[in-house]
Amino acid sequence: MEPILEVKNLSYVYSVGTPFEHKALDNVSFAVRRGEFIGIIGHTGSGKSTLMQQLNGLLKPTAGQILLDGQDIWSDKKLTRQARFRVGLVFQYPEYQLFEETVYKDIAFGPKNMGLSPEEIDRRVREAAGFVGLTEAQLQVSPFDLSGGQKRRVAIAGVIAMEPEVLILDEPTAGLDPVGRAGILGNIEDYRRAKNATIMMVSHSMEDVARLTDRLLVMNGSRLAMDDTPANVFAHARELLDMGLSIPQVTQVFLHLQAMGLDVNSVYTIDQAVQALKKIGGGLHA
Amino acid sequence: MLKDITLGQYFPGNSPIHRLDPRTKLIVLVVYVVALFLAESIVSYLLMLAFLLTVIHISTIPYKSIVRGLKPLVMIVAFTGIMNIFFYNSGKVLVKFWVITVTWGGVAKAIQMMSRILLLISGTFLLTYTTSPIALTDGLESLMKPLKKVRVPVHELAMMMSIALRFIPTLIEETGKIMSAQKARGADFESGSLMDKAKALIPILVPLFISAFRRADELATAMECRCYQGGEGRTKMKLLHYRRSDFTAFGVGAALMAAICILGQFGL
Repeated sequence: MEPILEVKNLSYVYSVGTPFEHKALDNVSFAVRRGEFIGIIGHTGSGKSTLMQQLNGLLKPTAGQILLDGQDIWSDKKLTRQARFRVGLVFQYPEYQLFEETVYKDIAFGPKNMGLSPEEIDRRVREAAGFVGLTEAQLQVSPFDLSGGQKRRVAIAGVIAMEPEVLILDEPTAGLDPVGRAGILGNIEDYRRAKNATIMMVSHSMEDVARLTDRLLVMNGSRLAMDDTPANVFAHARELLDMGLSIPQVTQVFLHLQAMGLDVNSVYTIDQAVQALKKIGGGLHA
Repeated sequence: MLKDITLGQYFPGNSPIHRLDPRTKLIVLVVYVVALFLAESIVSYLLMLAFLLTVIHISTIPYKSIVRGLKPLVMIVAFTGIMNIFFYNSGKVLVKFWVITVTWGGVAKAIQMMSRILLLISGTFLLTYTTSPIALTDGLESLMKPLKKVRVPVHELAMMMSIALRFIPTLIEETGKIMSAQKARGADFESGSLMDKAKALIPILVPLFISAFRRADELATAMECRCYQGGEGRTKMKLLHYRRSDFTAFGVGAALMAAICILGQFGL
């Protein structure tokens, strides 16, 4: 299958020609396909946020290309604007961007900017609200009367309502309680299944990315250090720790078990841990 | 666009100008400004310029930074120049066109006014470039202390000023973040009529105000948690002391003032 989004030799330098010049991205290349759930992990300042803002045309690459369906998004002004809608970007703490009088109007801001018909806007707002679990009654209240977790859902719905083919989220669960986290991660997965959309999620929770994603991009020092399945990435525990990252707790436990001489393969989710233990347990009883 | 705003930005350094007592710098700045308004002739202006350039040189602040700070004010300076050229009439007439008369005196006045504004602003910038906001407010508070006698809330004013200065960069950063987030939802700040552009600001201003109020609230709580009660009985960790270099600076300031006055007497 043709990749939907392709990044080719992307480099980005902040404040060129001033004393504050700083290279944020260095020759990054990768391609993503429709329906993939991709995790982006990396230490603070590794270039994750800069990379995200390149993908929907908010920042212009210093060198390299970003291809959306094979077309360079900077080759034409119209394509750049299209990229904003086709690649949805949810920033960190997105609840601070809410501004409208009602939740409904705020979610409708994106679709309105796309120039859609009122009926289509209405359909999209209701569908997006459904994805994030907002009730009909909540659509008519002021977003500022909602709780922190609900505001976050409204903000995510505001991007989902544009029905982006690629949805990028920067730490969508930062600062939420466990129930809120599980809820939002579930909403994102629902959206991916319903629209066969690509999800790219920046996260600091190794447990979350291990459980949800089928591919991990590891950023380190402005470069793409690894691009592989979670199993293969977490097999490089030592390197990840050197980059200031961690591995899932359950993987740590099983690495210790391995070191103690137990015959377990690399494990990175609870389900796999249960399976692995059953296998050994079964072997001991037999 | 937002990155060009360098208002109140402090360039850390260790030059003799940086090390001066903030009160000295404030007083000498006032002297400098008064001298600037007394100066009339080309010779006086050249003297003021020489003084400014010498101070910039000693402060090790790059000339480029000063020029960059002046950029946002180009419009005001240009406006002043144009107003003076067209509406100040004296001396030989250069151009006469419809109701507009341009005279030699008008051109001279325009140049004088523009130089005055530029010298004034660069001098003021030099103060904020070489003095940290905290030192600056400490200096102001100390200089305004006599006003306490007439019940002016000097400490509160100084505290308000330092908080305001402290939050300028934070709010600029916040504005950038909100703009990016709204652009990601397809907001367009560049095209459309003036009315459209004004309307496009709403999605930025509303979140910005809300966040400013939230920050103010959090800061107030944090200050109360540390038992802040205003200036009464509050002592300072860093006390201000005049040193020998401060007296030298006062001397130079006085000499500048005297020179401008004497030049004025000779009609120069």
